Amino acid sequence: MQNSSVDYIKLASNKAKGKRPYFFEDPAVERVLNITMAIAGELAVARERIDTLERLLEKKGIVSREEIEHYVPDSAIIEEERQLWHSEYISRVLRIIQQEMEELQNPDKTVEEIAEDINKM
Amino acid sequence: MAAKNLPPVWNKMAKHAMLPETTHDERARYNFLASLNKHLAHVSQGNQMAFDKRVEPDFKKDHGRGFTTREEVKEAMKKDPHYQAWSALRRCTMEMRQQAGRSLVLRQAEDLKEKAESLNKGKKTLILDKECQPPPYLLAVDNHLMPGSYHTEVIEGDVSAAANYDSGVFVTTAGLLGKFNDGGGKAISHWMKTTHSEFKPKRILDIGCGMGHNVLPIAMAYPEAEIIAIDTGAPMLRYGHARAMDLGIKNVTFMQVEASQTPFEDESFDWIQTTMFLHETGGKSIYKIMEEIYRMLKPGGITLHIEQPQYTDEMSLFEQFIRDWDAYYNSEPFWSKMHDIMPDELMTKSGFNKEDFMQIGVKAINDLDDGKTKADEPEDHGRSPVWNVFGAWKH
Ligand SMILES: C[S@@+](CC[C@H](N)C(=O)[O-])C[C@H]1O[C@@H](n2cnc3c(N)ncnc32)[C@H](O)[C@@H]1O
Repeated sequence: MQNSSVDYIKLASNKAKGKRPYFFEDPAVERVLNITMAIAGELAVARERIDTLERLLEKKGIVSREEIEHYVPDSAIIEEERQLWHSEYISRVLRIIQQEMEELQNPDKTVEEIAEDINKM
Repeated sequence: MAAKNLPPVWNKMAKHAMLPETTHDERARYNFLASLNKHLAHVSQGNQMAFDKRVEPDFKKDHGRGFTTREEVKEAMKKDPHYQAWSALRRCTMEMRQQAGRSLVLRQAEDLKEKAESLNKGKKTLILDKECQPPPYLLAVDNHLMPGSYHTEVIEGDVSAAANYDSGVFVTTAGLLGKFNDGGGKAISHWMKTTHSEFKPKRILDIGCGMGHNVLPIAMAYPEAEIIAIDTGAPMLRYGHARAMDLGIKNVTFMQVEASQTPFEDESFDWIQTTMFLHETGGKSIYKIMEEIYRMLKPGGITLHIEQPQYTDEMSLFEQFIRDWDAYYNSEPFWSKMHDIMPDELMTKSGFNKEDFMQIGVKAINDLDDGKTKADEPEDHGRSPVWNVFGAWKH
């Protein structure tokens, strides 16, 4: 169903004509908000899919939604797998904070400065 | 926030052969966005509160007087943090709606084009003209943030602009236009049938028909009539014609014609209709188009224009300001400017008699409304399916 002739991924996110308005004093805030809302949307999309799965599973008598609601991990391995997932997920989402701390600990030159350095290397 | 009226789910939209295919995620994305739109209508109430509680009092303190124009209100509101947050979210939602529509439509652009071609093949009721250019105002801005507007073709024979429009209106209007998005066309044909049952139009022109959402109900209400629907956007016409074919509506000819200069004869139509069209034209073109309408209309004929409510002196400056939001931030620039044109003057300048001018209010006929009593909803200014219709009989 995918048509290779149209670069639909890029085209889908095209900008409309007309300078984009920014409502907050700092445009960076607006940028973050837009990215966050896109993620909020994708979370809702994933949530709707899970809901479909749960309903289908229940309809086919495989597991009931009641069972899902009351499920808790029943082995140390599963407990660990799930907590590991959270840990990785949070680290992914808060990447920029981690990087700022790394920078704090280990101040870096700018790449422009590095370029000058390299030019002499 | 208890008894909120939930928007209908996207799959309530009527299916037809041209409607793009959607995956589970794509439908869910539209469902999310429709809900987000509804939610923001509630958030918008904070704008009025901010205005009453701090923006207007502060302005009065600083200036020793109240606001006198909607532009003054805009400048003051721009600095309000609630308004900033609401605006940023609303803008974001409009961009997300376009992104969601385009991503699902463009991935199947070739398939949609082929579907349209097979429904349109050999039909005399689709007339395209390669020489026909979109008017300059359509090239200046992408209305309602729709990249590429109505005319851009991503591939030859493209219909994706229309498929995007068709699949997504439901989202922005939270389903209030009905399952065919045709609540406006239904309302106007119902009005005509009930208030002017004696009127038997033989030839009807719909200007700026887009993908034909609102002209089809008129064609169905008058099956004996010949309907001509014009637009400059070839993707809209291809899609619209194919959709009409699939829905079994055969008395509409879709033609690629620019409205201010048409090939139609003098006094050749009984009824000339525009729906949500004039606010997407330009300051000079609107007059040219109205003169052209006057020329094409038969004596005893009628022209009607479905538009957003006109700003009047009775409308508060705050409401005018909030209704202007879409003009500037949802890229509908003429929407605001058009409010400085008085519809009756527009009509009389084009040749109509002042006493033949009329104005009515209509509400969308929504076949998705289940008739259950709903909780009161705040008005989503500029989005509610309640319109002002103006026009005139030609004598
Ligand atoms: C907002 S859409 C309205 C669509 C349709 N009437 C409906 O109710 O769904 C406006 C349409 O008018 C068309 N249009 C704008 N200016 C035009 C002109 N001068 N001549 C012909 N079509 C025009 C655009 O291409 C677009 O499809």
